Amino acid sequence: MIRTISTEEITKNICEMCIEANHCLSPDMEKALKKAVDTEASPLGQKILGQLQENLAIAGEEMIPICQDTGMAVVFAEIGQQVHLQGELLEEAINEGVRQGYVQGFLRKSVVDDPILRENTKDNTPAVIHYSLVAGDKVRLTLAPKGFGSENMSRIFMLKPADGIEGVKQAILTAVKDAGPNACPPMVVGVGIGGTFEKCALLAKQALVRPLDERSQIPYVRDLESEMLDKINELGIGPGGLGGTTTALAVNINAYPTHIAGLPVAVNICCHVNRHVVREI
Amino acid sequence: MEKHITMPITAEVTKTLHAGDYVYISGTLYVARDAAHKRFMEVLDRGESLPFPIEDSAIYYMGPSPAREGKPIGSAGPTTASRMDKYAPRLLDLGQKAMIGKGKRTQEVIEAIVRNQAVYFAAVGGAGALLSKCIISSELVCYGDLGAEAVLKLEVQDFPVIVVIDREGNNLYETAIEKFKK
Repeated sequence: MIRTISTEEITKNICEMCIEANHCLSPDMEKALKKAVDTEASPLGQKILGQLQENLAIAGEEMIPICQDTGMAVVFAEIGQQVHLQGELLEEAINEGVRQGYVQGFLRKSVVDDPILRENTKDNTPAVIHYSLVAGDKVRLTLAPKGFGSENMSRIFMLKPADGIEGVKQAILTAVKDAGPNACPPMVVGVGIGGTFEKCALLAKQALVRPLDERSQIPYVRDLESEMLDKINELGIGPGGLGGTTTALAVNINAYPTHIAGLPVAVNICCHVNRHVVREI
Repeated sequence: MEKHITMPITAEVTKTLHAGDYVYISGTLYVARDAAHKRFMEVLDRGESLPFPIEDSAIYYMGPSPAREGKPIGSAGPTTASRMDKYAPRLLDLGQKAMIGKGKRTQEVIEAIVRNQAVYFAAVGGAGALLSKCIISSELVCYGDLGAEAVLKLEVQDFPVIVVIDREGNNLYETAIEKFKK
């Protein structure tokens, strides 16, 4: 059965999701940040984590964005094969939602129209949209406004197969160490292993929107996530980069088949304001 | 150690600040980030004067979200300071005494801090809603066409920061990490 969905519905939802994501963290992120207050060893680190709790409360109560960098809007649009979209082009509907959300929600307009000419588009469009066709008759939208303090510290490493899992561990630690205080720790580390150059980066971005309490289904990847979280927290970077035992809240890793000659590793770093909202229409 | 200071800030005051001090700032801060700094350099290259008094000033690297009605400003946390590293030494040599941001600085900036008896503070990144509560007023100085990157003049009250690089060149980002590294 074909199900018809109006693109106006998509616009309305994206608009609301932009506002929601920038004022309220998802429950998994809130839980991880709360837990960190109890386990942090540094007194200054504890104080900073306490301020982050206070910040979240003010953001939600007074509708002030959690962070002034309300990000570039990244959208994952998973479209059921039985869906018929009625109305304007989906890309335009999503961008209209971003435009409305960022203007109505008093969110910062942080997008420039060209990377070299750099004129602000004044409505935070365009979004970065990743489409995929999936089974079913629904549209699943994930919105992740991405701040650039941490985005700038993200890396891709084209390793050799001989580098193996030790090479992957080194790559992750190198990216996190270099990011240090710039990425607003405690961070969430999204890692992609495998695929091609661009697929690997996308895997890392998708890893960031996976709930923090959900571990990988693949046994070796699950072990790697847990080992890397411990190793990252032993670096000493801590909250705000001012020393401590909470450098990362989670390490989420996605793997994908790759070429016989390659071992790509992408490390997409996100700050403690790891925003993601999911809706199914 | 906790301290209270008022901006603008003189060399007599920076002398009393040490890496690791927790400081509450009151007084005037100027807000500028990437695009505004680029324009400052162009202004100086043309031999003109900067749009605000640079002597003993404090620049807050920040680009706020828009203010809701009745509020002086929106969310207002620090941005990554390293993007201003290319411009900071020139401004410090002209008399700027304090920078507020987050993240690492280059050796050139650290040397300019020491040479000019200046100071680099970090505010907590990602706490923009909380920090906005310490901002009493905000007015546009110039470059309104830059939107979130315009130059602003802020009056702040007990704005919390931490001394990261002091005028002796001590760097808290390096020393604090060593304490917790395993």
